[in-house]
Amino acid sequence: MIHFVILNNRQGKVRLTKWYSTYSQKERSKVIRELTGIILSRGPKLCNFVEWRGLKVVYKRYAGLYFSMCIDQDDNELETLDIIHHYVEMLDRYFLNVCELDLIYNFHKAYYILDELLLAGELQESSRRTIARLVAAQDSLVETAREQASLLGELVKQTM
Amino acid sequence: MNPFSSGTRLRDMIRAIRACKTAAEERGVVRKECAAIRAAINENDNDYRHRNLAKLMFIHMLGYPTHFGQMECLKLIASSEFPEKRIGYLGLMLLLDERQEVLMLVTNSLKQDLNHSNQYIVGLALCALGNICSAEMARDLAPEVERLLQFRDPNTRKKAALCAIRIIRKVPDLAENFINPAAALLKEKHHGVLITGVQLCTDLCKASADALEYFREKCTEGLVKTLKDVANSPYAPEYDIAGITDPFLHIRLLKLLRVLGQGDADASDLMNDILAQVATKTESNKNAGNAILYECVETIMSIEDNGGLRVLAINILGRFLSNRDNNIRYVALNMLMKAITVDAQAVQRHRATILECVKDSDASIRKRALELVYLLINESNVKPLTKELIDYLEVSDQEFKGDLTAKICSLIAKFSPEKIWYIDQMLKVLSEAGNFVKDEVWHALIVVISNASDLHGYTVRALYRALQTSVEQESLVRVAVWCIGEYGDMLIKNVGMLDIEDPITVTESDAVDIIELAIKRHTSDLTTKAMSLIALLKLSSRFPSCSERIQDIIVQNRGNLVLELQQRSIEFNSIIQKHQNIRSALVERMPVLDEATFIGRRAGSMPATVSTSSGASLNLPNGVAKPSAAPLVDLLDLSLDDAPAPSSSGGDFLQDLLGVDLSPASNQSGTNQASKTGTDVLLDLLSIETPPVQSSSSPPDVLSSIQDNKSPVASLEELALPSSLSGQATTPVGAAPMMDLLDGFVSNPPKPENNGSVYPSVVAFESAALRITFDFSKPPGNPQTTSIQATFTNLSPNVYTDFIFQAAVPKFLQLHLDPASSNTLPAIGNGSITQNLRVTNSQHGKKSLVMRIRIAYKINDKDVLEEGQISNFPRGL
Repeated sequence: MIHFVILNNRQGKVRLTKWYSTYSQKERSKVIRELTGIILSRGPKLCNFVEWRGLKVVYKRYAGLYFSMCIDQDDNELETLDIIHHYVEMLDRYFLNVCELDLIYNFHKAYYILDELLLAGELQESSRRTIARLVAAQDSLVETAREQASLLGELVKQTM
Repeated sequence: MNPFSSGTRLRDMIRAIRACKTAAEERGVVRKECAAIRAAINENDNDYRHRNLAKLMFIHMLGYPTHFGQMECLKLIASSEFPEKRIGYLGLMLLLDERQEVLMLVTNSLKQDLNHSNQYIVGLALCALGNICSAEMARDLAPEVERLLQFRDPNTRKKAALCAIRIIRKVPDLAENFINPAAALLKEKHHGVLITGVQLCTDLCKASADALEYFREKCTEGLVKTLKDVANSPYAPEYDIAGITDPFLHIRLLKLLRVLGQGDADASDLMNDILAQVATKTESNKNAGNAILYECVETIMSIEDNGGLRVLAINILGRFLSNRDNNIRYVALNMLMKAITVDAQAVQRHRATILECVKDSDASIRKRALELVYLLINESNVKPLTKELIDYLEVSDQEFKGDLTAKICSLIAKFSPEKIWYIDQMLKVLSEAGNFVKDEVWHALIVVISNASDLHGYTVRALYRALQTSVEQESLVRVAVWCIGEYGDMLIKNVGMLDIEDPITVTESDAVDIIELAIKRHTSDLTTKAMSLIALLKLSSRFPSCSERIQDIIVQNRGNLVLELQQRSIEFNSIIQKHQNIRSALVERMPVLDEATFIGRRAGSMPATVSTSSGASLNLPNGVAKPSAAPLVDLLDLSLDDAPAPSSSGGDFLQDLLGVDLSPASNQSGTNQASKTGTDVLLDLLSIETPPVQSSSSPPDVLSSIQDNKSPVASLEELALPSSLSGQATTPVGAAPMMDLLDGFVSNPPKPENNGSVYPSVVAFESAALRITFDFSKPPGNPQTTSIQATFTNLSPNVYTDFIFQAAVPKFLQLHLDPASSNTLPAIGNGSITQNLRVTNSQHGKKSLVMRIRIAYKINDKDVLEEGQISNFPRGL
């Protein structure tokens, strides 16, 4: 299973973290610090796997962002790389040429997409189209609710 | 709407935070935002709750505390609107983890949402449940999830399936409820449902044997067919990755088949064909294809034997191994580790490639490869492979050397065909990476050297040569120093030359040079220096011509800051100066160390190798630090800690060692050997006519503990307590008998180095339950410093545990506290704790000592605290 997902930039700033195994808040920041140090210091030609505390961290760099997923010793590292890529493609499709700023200002969107991709540390859906559709459907639900609210606001103003 | 509530939008806050140039500035912005959010929370602001939580999540990501927002998540989840719920659940998953009690409050909302008519709301609830549910929640909500496994919408079914995985991971007993619905999922066409269904079945098999049996019976064939379909399916853009349809589904199916085929020949048979097809037909030019091949190989290796398939699998790994992509090579090494148990011969074929991987620039690959090489080495290939590894040791990275050295040493020890090879290889390792060699390893080397009597000369010369080039390798220096001390004469006289050796000319003073270098090098640690001192003592007898020079070196160390070295130097000097007649007997060559005992101890009880596990003072392989139990035994005991310990049979050992005829004395002592202490034996040995009062007047208490304590380790530890250290030249107890003893020979016994207790002892503190007495002494030449030995005596019938003594002094004093002898103070009359203090009085002569103390301890687990001030110090301290 995937124990956690961490997304950080080259300066080590965290852009997204998702924990599927139990880590206390204190442990979380320790893990992030430790792993960022290890991963950022690895050269570009090296393999994408780091053995860490009896687990394995699979990471991949996309532009200035590092996507890391921590998996069990006997999980498939190569597949995890594909899962990371799957996620990146989905972000790219959603934000249209995703960049770090998108993930900063719309971090919650990045989480929503991840929640359609992974659940309980396992892959949930292999079809990018399905995921895109599900996220879009939920986004439009939010939109409608917001429109209704503002319409209601207008009405209240007019009547007053 | 509250016009005063935080007006900034999420976007503005993020922008403000990003605009901060310093961390302090950022903290300021965050503090302000948090204050506004708290205010909004207190006012129960509904309109901005949603936005505030989003802000909190961002703040949380930056690493600031956000616990105050946890309840807001619950409020948002309880709202009826989808947007609120969506952000509320996200916050729940982000800000909380399963251990927080707040989480229990959400169970009810979750239950309602799991039954909601809107499938997206059901999805949100499932997602939260699957990501953070605790065991209690799992139990409460399992029926809901079970029902949702049959929900009409496939996207809800797949979420429910993964949720079920979390539930059975938390509560394995619930597995049985899910077996039937899970099996139904395997028949689906929707890939998401199929993937999650297969995953659920895999987890169920792990959790319950019944489930495994059930799926093996009912589903193996179906799964094989599904895999066949997906492997043969035409191009499907929706699922295509690098020309392969849904590699994720491939991999999960292969994984489940592995679980089902393991240990079951029939099930394995069913899947042979499709595994062969996947192994041969899958494209391996992209990562996705390789991921499938990798999984397929693992499945082939795990299921019941089919010779043909395994050959295929090993071939795939061979191809992987020669791949240029580091990732692929990494997984190949990973898989070969598993393959080695299946087909070691096939893995051996790739030895050369694997060996190359040990030298890779990538640490992850190196580590894997080294582990693999370690498994590959056997008696037949140990020589060439070890040579390769040692050659590589020279050029490897510093951070890899530790691992590499440990592995090489263990290989050499495990497979060495003959002693000379073992010694040669160990010397190479010590010269290359002596600083990385663990203590046990070079201890073992010394034991081997000691046993190889025909190689003594060869070894000592080889060490001498190695030392010329690798002085900075600490453990090489130690082994060399030990050997030169023992076999120095062989070094000079070229005794036992082997044909392969080049003759060397070493003079006596060259040998002493080497040792002098070791003792004077500032990087040498205590152990090395202590070993060097002993080697010098030995050489002083072996090289009479250098005796004076050696004495000079020893004398120089009399002022050493390290007490141990200081004491030994004084003792050794005394031996050289005044006891010529016994010196040669004292420093005879060590008897052959018992290999079997050493190995037994090492394997049997690791703690026995005190040198690695205990504190600094014990970390002396030649036993120099071994406290008062047997000062003389120590002094002669150049062996390891593990050599016959004084506690086991001090008397015997000494007799052997000295080979002195001590029949009358030892016969007497033989009746009561255990209680014999080193000093006693020595008295007997030397049959000195000094009045016995001296030695019997002050036998340290600890000595008696040897009798009760059968285990040598325990007694060693006990003896190691600082209080009992004979090393304290200032405490009259330990060192004195030894000095007196030897000085007994001399017609005109010199005064002891310092005149200890000229100051009367005082009762520093006394309460109903506790008494503390202080004994004072002054080290020579430093009137400002006072050594105090504090003795704590329990005046109550209860045992005190966790005993801690603390002291504070005014500014003009400096206080140094050594560790106490124990933290358990036995009840009245059963002993005491001692602790040494050192006080330096910068206003010596003007002000007298004063001290505040605090004593904390536990009686029957109840804390007790006592405090007091000590001002009754004798004058002039």
